[in-house]
Amino acid sequence: MVDEVVEGTETKVMTYAEAIRDALRVAIAEDDRVFMMGEDVGIYGGAFGVTGELINEVGTERLRDTTISELGIVGAGVGAAITGMRPIVELQFSDFSAQAMDQIANQAAKIHFMLGGAVNVPLVIRAPGGSGTGAAAQHSQSLETWFVHIPGLKVVMPATPDDAKGLLLAALDDPNPVVVLEHKLLYKTSGDVRVGDARTPLGVAAIRREGKDLTIVATGVMVSRAMEAAEQLAAAGVDATVIDPRTLKPLDSKTILASVTATGRVLLVQEAAGTLGFMSEVAAIIAESETFAHLRAPVRRLSGLDIPIPYAPKLERAAVPQVEDIVAAATALVTEW
Amino acid sequence: MNPLAQDAEAAKSVLKTMWMIRRFEEAVEDLYGRGMMHGTMHLSIGQEAVPTGACLALNKDDYITSTHRGHGHCIAKGADIERMMAELLAKESGYCRGRGGSMHIADTTTGNLGANGIVAGGVPIATGAALSAHMRGTKQVAVCFHGDGAMGEGAWHEGVVLAAMWQLPVVFLCENNHYGMSMASEKAFNLEKLSDRAKGYGIPGVTVDGNDVQAVRDAVQEAVDRARSGGGPTFIEALTYRWRGHSKSDKNLYRTREEIEEWRTHDPIPAFEARVLQAGTLTETDLEEIRNQVRDELRSAVQRANAAPDATADGLLEAVYAS
Repeated sequence: MVDEVVEGTETKVMTYAEAIRDALRVAIAEDDRVFMMGEDVGIYGGAFGVTGELINEVGTERLRDTTISELGIVGAGVGAAITGMRPIVELQFSDFSAQAMDQIANQAAKIHFMLGGAVNVPLVIRAPGGSGTGAAAQHSQSLETWFVHIPGLKVVMPATPDDAKGLLLAALDDPNPVVVLEHKLLYKTSGDVRVGDARTPLGVAAIRREGKDLTIVATGVMVSRAMEAAEQLAAAGVDATVIDPRTLKPLDSKTILASVTATGRVLLVQEAAGTLGFMSEVAAIIAESETFAHLRAPVRRLSGLDIPIPYAPKLERAAVPQVEDIVAAATALVTEW
Repeated sequence: MNPLAQDAEAAKSVLKTMWMIRRFEEAVEDLYGRGMMHGTMHLSIGQEAVPTGACLALNKDDYITSTHRGHGHCIAKGADIERMMAELLAKESGYCRGRGGSMHIADTTTGNLGANGIVAGGVPIATGAALSAHMRGTKQVAVCFHGDGAMGEGAWHEGVVLAAMWQLPVVFLCENNHYGMSMASEKAFNLEKLSDRAKGYGIPGVTVDGNDVQAVRDAVQEAVDRARSGGGPTFIEALTYRWRGHSKSDKNLYRTREEIEEWRTHDPIPAFEARVLQAGTLTETDLEEIRNQVRDELRSAVQRANAAPDATADGLLEAVYAS
């Protein structure tokens, strides 16, 4: 079933950034335990304008400006989460998670298991990833694999304004640490967003488009590129399904496998560097499943190059998959096999 | 503040806690030596006055964060020694159901948010617990136990910076046992006293004799009172000494036998016993009774823990996430 906002649901056109802000507004209003802290989230409005003027509505207690202390604020989030709060920590760039990794990987992810289930860590970490803004190698990475690889974390990558809101609200409901990887290029994109407190459940993929010739699985900003590619492919007579996993962990592999079983061809598209990237895992899941017997072509990955993201616009563009790359790879899969 | 050695009930409680920590760890050492215990362990023998004194200043619902050398913190905050021992013996009835071991015991019912395998890992977590207490308006205080070694990690800095900025109800209590594994703290930190660092963070700092349970209790009480009344964080350095090696692999190559022997003459437990006798609060017979009571309680806890079923691998995959 193509995932769309159900007919009759009240929606409003918002940008991805506004949708996140709306989720924060809703969550802070409905639950006294919810607060957010991060660098420049207050009067500055967030480095990407996500919080905007929210500080005027919710105040400095619930929206806390912090020092530039990524490890400290994630750790403070862990401490608050295990003592009855529902904190959200904003990391200004997902690259800065490298600074905070002990608290993410060794503390937040492991506390529930390590302590024999005695304690839950309902912590949400929001962080923008991805390239395309000319911010170069330390501000442009796609690091989802780091988090997916750590048992104990859940990981979501919203690709639309509605999911940016819905997945954040669902992450706040979850008793586990959830890493929400937003994309910088999406903040200013617009779409219909359900008003109120509508959630997008974790662990449920969205089928963005249905077609019979091949399945394209894409994450983050690659979802919209895959959709654009699918339109071009359709014009050339190739009918593609586009699946947006939305939650990388736990992954809705059922939806992916069912589609690949039906189409027999799969193109896995990610912005992240290819080697051991998230899509390698998706490829392995397909290879280990009964779907393998239905493949009419080899599983194909289309990933970012195994390089740090370069600065110059032409170089940056060349580093990650573009619409034309997706069209070419899909066409080859369909015509050569 | 009230002298612990002059109050019979307080003196008994102090001695019981300090002896229990000592005997618990001696039992752990013995079980390990006999091949009955798995993994590794970090013993705090010689440091018992710090957790004992500190926890006397806390309410049951106050928080602590602990360290890899955390048995003393657990016991002093009121944990069940049978469940602790069961955890170390890899039993299903252990605090962590055999999934954490010595370095990850927590007991949230007594406010213990957990030992930690990362030396400064608990510092920002304690700050977060204090932030939570502040936001919930509960008047709870968090005490962050950490070693001198933790003061070389960035997490210490960041946790203290945030606590100072927000004036949170947290006490950073450094058990300076003089070595971060083999690195001497006086070599590591170019400071006369580690508490000199507090000024740089804009919070009060004090150094006390960590082998004097009264001195520790008084310093922590003052800091806790300040925190509870909205006066923000405090840093306390408690000078003490780790008699045993860092862990099982330690050959003590970085210190002399003479140094260890010298510190053994500053054993916090007999020092407090002498004070109690001198004050006439308890008799030698009373002291003997406390020691025997601790010995019997511990022996029985070890027996019960050891007889319990081993931790099971069933359901491990389901144990990763809360539902």
